[in-house]
Amino acid sequence: MAGRTLYRKLVESHTVVTLDADNVLLYADLHIMNEYTSPQAFAGLAEHGRKVPAPGQQLAVVDHIIPTHAESPRVIQDPASALQARNLKRNCDLHGIPLFDTNDPLQGIEHVITPEHGMIRPGMVVLCGDSHTTTYGAFGALGFGIGTSEVEHVLATQTLVYRLARDMRIRVEGLLPPGTTSKDLILHIISRISAQGARGYVVEFTGSAIRALSMEARMTLCNMTVEAGARGALIAPDATSVGYVLERAADIDASMAQAARTAWAQLASDADAPFDAELVFDASVVEPYVTWGTSPDQAIPVSAAVPHPADAADAIARASAERALDYIGLAPGSHLQGLSVQRVFIGSCTNGRIEDLRAVADVVRGHKVAAGVRAMVVPGSGAVREQAEAEGIAALLLEAGFEWRKPGCSMCLAMNDDMLAPGERCASTTNRNFEGRQGRAGRTHLMSPAMAAAAAITGCITDVRQLGQSR
Amino acid sequence: MSAFTLIEGIGAPLPLPNLDTDQIMPKQFLRGIDKAGLDRGLLYDMRFDEHGEPRPDFVLNQPAWRDTRVLVAGPNFGCGSSREHAVWGLQQYGIRAVIAPSFGEIFYSNAMNNRLLLVMLPQAQVDVLMRAAANPAAPASIRIDLDTMTVAAGDFTAPFTMSARHLDMFRRGLDIIGMSLTHADAIAAFAGRHHAANPWLRDVAATTMARLAG
Repeated sequence: MAGRTLYRKLVESHTVVTLDADNVLLYADLHIMNEYTSPQAFAGLAEHGRKVPAPGQQLAVVDHIIPTHAESPRVIQDPASALQARNLKRNCDLHGIPLFDTNDPLQGIEHVITPEHGMIRPGMVVLCGDSHTTTYGAFGALGFGIGTSEVEHVLATQTLVYRLARDMRIRVEGLLPPGTTSKDLILHIISRISAQGARGYVVEFTGSAIRALSMEARMTLCNMTVEAGARGALIAPDATSVGYVLERAADIDASMAQAARTAWAQLASDADAPFDAELVFDASVVEPYVTWGTSPDQAIPVSAAVPHPADAADAIARASAERALDYIGLAPGSHLQGLSVQRVFIGSCTNGRIEDLRAVADVVRGHKVAAGVRAMVVPGSGAVREQAEAEGIAALLLEAGFEWRKPGCSMCLAMNDDMLAPGERCASTTNRNFEGRQGRAGRTHLMSPAMAAAAAITGCITDVRQLGQSR
Repeated sequence: MSAFTLIEGIGAPLPLPNLDTDQIMPKQFLRGIDKAGLDRGLLYDMRFDEHGEPRPDFVLNQPAWRDTRVLVAGPNFGCGSSREHAVWGLQQYGIRAVIAPSFGEIFYSNAMNNRLLLVMLPQAQVDVLMRAAANPAAPASIRIDLDTMTVAAGDFTAPFTMSARHLDMFRRGLDIIGMSLTHADAIAAFAGRHHAANPWLRDVAATTMARLAG
């Protein structure tokens, strides 16, 4: 019998019933909800008089609509958003579901707070009504986003009717050069394979470059794998991930930890496991990447010129590139380096963790935010914010002229009052540069936290490696 | 023949690749606790200018496409955010089906769960339909027949496939949750075995929150 991939092992260990050749009833270990993709699911439950059988395996968070002004207590001014938050609390109270509410000191972005408190563990299936649930692949857990109908299904059954994905392996060898991060690596990969290059696949990342990544960096990588269309991302558990989990999951005592370690050691693809697709990348050639267009695959090394639409592979890609350049206000052949930005946004489930803020602080130390730039730092969670304050990062950033804000999804998708004005150009550590994502007619350039910090202090898109040399 | 075995109506061309759900249903329409009013938000920034006035040059705002029922779209339609509001908005606007070379994965599941028909055809065939739909003098009426599993417009006919499960879901409007609940005993038995073997996975949310609350 041929070996099995890690993905297959995770699916098989969570299959309650095989429904047909392509679909299983998949058991969910943890289901995470937010205020905006869950209301209609709870309404559906009420309509059918259905109950939640496993409330202890559900978690809810107010994160997408919450304002991030540095005020206490936080007040949601927008009436519709305030109603969403109240509605979530009412639904959680009704069903006995744990909630990180608006003014909980540990509130934050769902994909930041669950790992930091040890809730994401190897071998789990984690579902959430949010596409960036792929983040949890960093732990060797199968995480993926679901729609609201499926949120209702998980609430009512603790399972999901799950269509099997195909297996892709992306092996990354070598080491990322100084000045580059896993954000640059994933932008590099997406720019090569396209925004649908992993569509239909769960991607397992392997190789020396992946093994060398911290948990924060792995989360960034897996988080953005969805931007290549993937249905999931995975990194097999190792000492890095197991250590991270056991340090935080205080409910796992010593004897349970021993059993868990034994079980987690099995969570790897067998040597002869078949993959439907295999790709290999060299980390050592990765440069700081920046997006030039309106899809995450429209990314180039910061030193490169913006491509000519005429060079696109086909008519559709050409039309897309022309539209993107028109929207983003760039000419073919122009350079991103030196391009002025009016806004800088540092945060999100992609890059709002403590390691990201440390990287920002390292670049900013001894500098000021450039005149004419509004630079916001939105920590991913209350715990990240507190940690950064304890380390002196907050004071350093405030002194440099950054806004030091309260946690939330904020300007990653601009559902709250943090948004770009039309035409404003933003260096952003987020995950999507879609038209209008950060505000109508706003212009988003995705990049790493260090690159965003460099843009903040120079006022323009800058190669952070050269900044280091000049200092 | 029912509304869920035959879909026929004006097709409108949306040739862009990677038309994401942020564009299909922008953020400002996601603040509700029900599904109402999403027809207004559909493709909002494409349909309306900064003053909220309809953009006369956008295809859906032109008289010929006023009664559009089928979108003919580019690859990876519905990529990005999981927001099911994108599907609800398409349906509330009157869209019954979308034809494209490929779809975002979460969007695909969301559409099937709401009986919005998604038809995948090879790019070359989508191109033919796109040209037919783009004729302002007489945009193509597109006919999708789920008995014969064909898409037709004028002289053009093409077969398409979808999984038996999705076809059944679309045609019969199944109560998926109700069907899964018939497995309730199997789910409970599974959970018992699963947690006995992996005690560190039991009630992780409740256990952690209790710990954090001190």
